[in-house]
Amino acid sequence: MLKRPHYMALGLVGLLTLIVLSLPHQTADRLKLAIGSLFLPLFGLAKTSQQLTRQAGEATTSRSELLKQIEALRQTNQVLKINANRTDELLRENEQLRQLFAWQRQSPWNLKLASVTLHDPANWWQTIQIDKGSRDGIQPDLAVLTPAGLVGRVSAVSLTSSRVTLIGSPNCRVAAMFGRAEDGVITGGAGPLDNTLVTMMHFSGTGDIKPGQPVVTSGKGGIFPKGIVVGQIAEDSRQVELGYSEVRVKLAVNLNALDLVFVKMP
Amino acid sequence: MNWINSILILLAAFVAVFLETSFGGVRHLLGAQIDLLPALIVYASLRTNLVTVTLLAVLGGLWFDTFSDNPLGVTILPLFLAGFLIYPRRDLILREQYYAQFVLGLSASALVPLVVVLLLLSARQSPIMGWGTIWQWLVVSVGGGLLTPVCFRLFDWLNRALTYRPAIEISFRADREIRRGRRSLNRVPFLAS
Repeated sequence: MLKRPHYMALGLVGLLTLIVLSLPHQTADRLKLAIGSLFLPLFGLAKTSQQLTRQAGEATTSRSELLKQIEALRQTNQVLKINANRTDELLRENEQLRQLFAWQRQSPWNLKLASVTLHDPANWWQTIQIDKGSRDGIQPDLAVLTPAGLVGRVSAVSLTSSRVTLIGSPNCRVAAMFGRAEDGVITGGAGPLDNTLVTMMHFSGTGDIKPGQPVVTSGKGGIFPKGIVVGQIAEDSRQVELGYSEVRVKLAVNLNALDLVFVKMP
Repeated sequence: MNWINSILILLAAFVAVFLETSFGGVRHLLGAQIDLLPALIVYASLRTNLVTVTLLAVLGGLWFDTFSDNPLGVTILPLFLAGFLIYPRRDLILREQYYAQFVLGLSASALVPLVVVLLLLSARQSPIMGWGTIWQWLVVSVGGGLLTPVCFRLFDWLNRALTYRPAIEISFRADREIRRGRRSLNRVPFLAS
């Protein structure tokens, strides 16, 4: 049944696979970039069609509806202005206190807005691709977030796009804390189907932890700056082994509905 | 060799990878993204030649891995393996039957992710796995199985529409027609009298 050409084809494919798999990491990334550029016309087409659909939807919106939306936005804007003034006042106060106690000054975050262009087609990875790359100043290991909280970290960068490994993936461990200073590490997700929960290992006892406590980045891992919201504790902690316990954290960000994200620039 | 069919299959693989990365509707609904490449490999193995099967496995695998966190090239061998198992046996398979197409699509869609994950684990990668992986595997397998007969119908239709089909020669020839009628009867002497 199997003839010589079949074996030759199998050998060729096996050899090609071995060659491609043994390529150096950088070469493989460049090759991925080159192959990915073949798809640019399709992505352009998809983006244009989305824009056209949005424009068509806006064109059919009635004047009264638009006026209603403008009024709602005006009210939100006023509330935000008041909040911004209060925040400025708090920042000034914070700076004065820092000077008083001779603490290190905190610089404001430099964020770059990026659009999510695609999701990983494989079911065993949780990555997304964004439309900002090295020409926009993106580097590997920068934190990616939304106004709701932490999304993940930049894992690979090309000229025009970057890959972001999402929080909950084993390749994206996050040093986090809850309560006053209870440190832990977010080690992985709850499973391939549920990306709203992540697992956090911590070294303290199980008694002090209560569901609903906020979890933020601790800044100790070296990648994520301190103070980015991760989520809140979803359930009581349980001791896994002597010395450390495990707790489930409900993420603040909905990873299924990512459209726009911010990259925290260095 | 029908090159148009081969080009159509490769084009379909290209679009399939784009759709899988851009539209996550099925993933949000069922918790898993259905892969079209195994279904295309089944079609290519039953309808085209070994060159097309090999090209589809290599290009499809590379395109898939480009947009994934997979190491580049890890999907090539599993895709080819699915085609390689079917291709030599295709004369023994009732390939026009929907049931056969479904079973082959289901088997290929189950085999490809399984082999990819095994290769990843052997390469000391840490893919996200758990009890939910079984559900994802079922969804991907059944989804791929259901899409395979659709692939067959679509490509057979496209093939009929786009390729040259030679005219069927019939035995009738106008210059060899036997004429019958009254006039011919008058020419026969004994019948005329």
